[in-house]
Amino acid sequence: MPFYTVPLGKLVRRASRLRGGGSALPGLVVEKIDPGFMRRTLSTLPHGVAVVSGTNGKTTTTKMVVELLESQGLKVFTNRTGSNFTRGVAAALLGEVDWRGRLDADVAVLELDEAHAVHFVNSVPPKYCLLLNVLRDQLDRFGEIDKTAQLLQHIAAKTTGTVVLNREDPRVARIAETLTGQEVRYFGLDDSLLGTFPNDDDMRAAPGSPAPAGLPEKPSADVVLRKVGADTAEFEYDGGTVSTAMKLRGVYNIFNAAAALTLARGICGGAAADTNHETLLEALSQVAPAFGRGESLTVEGQPLDLVLVKNPSGFRLGLKSFPAGGYATMIAINDNYADGRDMSWLWDVEFDSLRAGGVDQLTGSRAYDMALRLQYDDVRIGAVEPDIAPALAAFIRGAKGQPKRIFCTYTAMLAIRRELSKITTVEVVS
Amino acid sequence: MSQETPGASGPSAAGGKGILRVVQLYPRDMNIYGDWGNALVLQQRIRWHGYTPELLEYNVGDPFPDDADIIVGGGGQDSGQLVIQDDLQARADSLKELAEDGTPMLVICGLYQLFGRFFKTRTGSVIPGIGILDVETHGTDERLIGNVKVTTSEFGEVLGYENHSGQTTLGDGVRPLGTVAKGTGNNSSDGHEGARYRNIVASYLHGSLLPKNPAIADFLIRTAAERKFGAFEPGLPDDRYAELAREHAARRPR
Ligand SMILES: [Zn+2]
Repeated sequence: MPFYTVPLGKLVRRASRLRGGGSALPGLVVEKIDPGFMRRTLSTLPHGVAVVSGTNGKTTTTKMVVELLESQGLKVFTNRTGSNFTRGVAAALLGEVDWRGRLDADVAVLELDEAHAVHFVNSVPPKYCLLLNVLRDQLDRFGEIDKTAQLLQHIAAKTTGTVVLNREDPRVARIAETLTGQEVRYFGLDDSLLGTFPNDDDMRAAPGSPAPAGLPEKPSADVVLRKVGADTAEFEYDGGTVSTAMKLRGVYNIFNAAAALTLARGICGGAAADTNHETLLEALSQVAPAFGRGESLTVEGQPLDLVLVKNPSGFRLGLKSFPAGGYATMIAINDNYADGRDMSWLWDVEFDSLRAGGVDQLTGSRAYDMALRLQYDDVRIGAVEPDIAPALAAFIRGAKGQPKRIFCTYTAMLAIRRELSKITTVEVVS
Repeated sequence: MSQETPGASGPSAAGGKGILRVVQLYPRDMNIYGDWGNALVLQQRIRWHGYTPELLEYNVGDPFPDDADIIVGGGGQDSGQLVIQDDLQARADSLKELAEDGTPMLVICGLYQLFGRFFKTRTGSVIPGIGILDVETHGTDERLIGNVKVTTSEFGEVLGYENHSGQTTLGDGVRPLGTVAKGTGNNSSDGHEGARYRNIVASYLHGSLLPKNPAIADFLIRTAAERKFGAFEPGLPDDRYAELAREHAARRPR
């Protein structure tokens, strides 16, 4: 490698930090002067590279895998989301390597966006991959669901060691049939919880309609999520069942915890003697959602939950996981590029569960699309105000003394956090 | 806004002016980007106009429901189109008869294409349509995606969202639904969007189409009621949210 890659890259990184810039510029510089930098640096890791991909829950799951591995004493390199994937990873590497280009880590766990998957795995074949789900998401960017499944299949095909698959998502589980050399591990759900996980295929099937004929028997899973309580969960693995406290809320987050556990067990040897099961479980009980993936704040002494909704499956899961009873509700829908411009997805979500309590406030650039959607589901609507700041203020004023919940798209969540930081403590994100 | 107006809240009561039966074509395989919303809008507006809606699903292999007053169908993925292909061909004659007879129909995207003469893929293979609409579609590498505004003589300004790579050209037997004011529509050359033939409205627009374009929903309902009962007695649906959603949608970027 050019001897100056790391020193030069680090200088650019420092300079762009001073100017308050992001991670893209230093990553771009390294990419230009030394395109092999990323592959070379990552290939020195003793446990190799693990990638996490799928439509929903990548960020939180990646964070969980990192925390689980750290509980086993591993040094983990990981990426922050946001900037262009390859450049983001290159920039993050620059921050971590020493001046001679050595990365002090045992394993890399990377969140891999479907859009960047092919390019990345072709240049850095991962040792492990975790494929979460294929759901309708941002279809205006990727075209079609089947295409997303093909991208995930490509990631699996390029993986050299272990492929971890969601047993309950037919498009993901089916990937196993296309693999030859890799070890396949599944994470799964108890049948009693399947009802809370509609996939896009049975979204419109009549309730209770039989499964399509000819489906093969489900393979056995390394980790199965058996039960979800108010703040506990029960997982089954290694032939036993363990119950643990959980900080995570929402069944789908906890299912992703089962996914993270499966991958972490794959990396640190699963049932191997040197795995410390107690610290692993302790870490699992402590994981919290990643930034921007839903969080609980306190406003005027009452909880205020932010629930990120970015596609129909996520919205449906959010409504199921967070029952409306006792809460004042606001919905904030933006259609900026990062949210997806297409509003069709609101019509793939059923809002009956909000009928009893109604929705107190609607906001965002597509507040009236949301109002129209609720009108057709016979849900009572309080006020509609597209401008987020006054809408949020009115919502908080109107729901004094009540717990509050806001369902919001990505850029709406950013705007709401900004407003909330003026009146309460909101975690600062670098 | 008040919540007391019909159609603004409260489970809407069914009306006594008679039953209108809506048949959804292949909702299991051809239902993407919210096309289900079209069926929901028909169901609710039939109610708000004082009639009783009956919503039936027709999927591959089902017996075809009798007495369809309105037929709706949506878009699908390539895999969905393959699944319904044979079944749709087997239904071609009876659907054609219903269409010629004046049954109001709404077909979006994938089913719009398959209601045409054929779909020729990029690789040159030809998927036959059922030939109700005099249109043909050619697969391309280019995906046409984004907000669309269409000027129509029948329904005023029509708003929606397109997402397709097939490009459709109209023959002499149909007329366009309208002219594109923003977006692409049927194809990237002639500025037309959708097709009209007898009481069929065909369009590429998702969004869903009907919620923000109640004029099209009411055309389908009025036509169905007139055919069945000799006259349509409209109710007074509250379309204030629809108006506001239209105003805001029209101002959003492509
Ligand atoms: Zn389409």
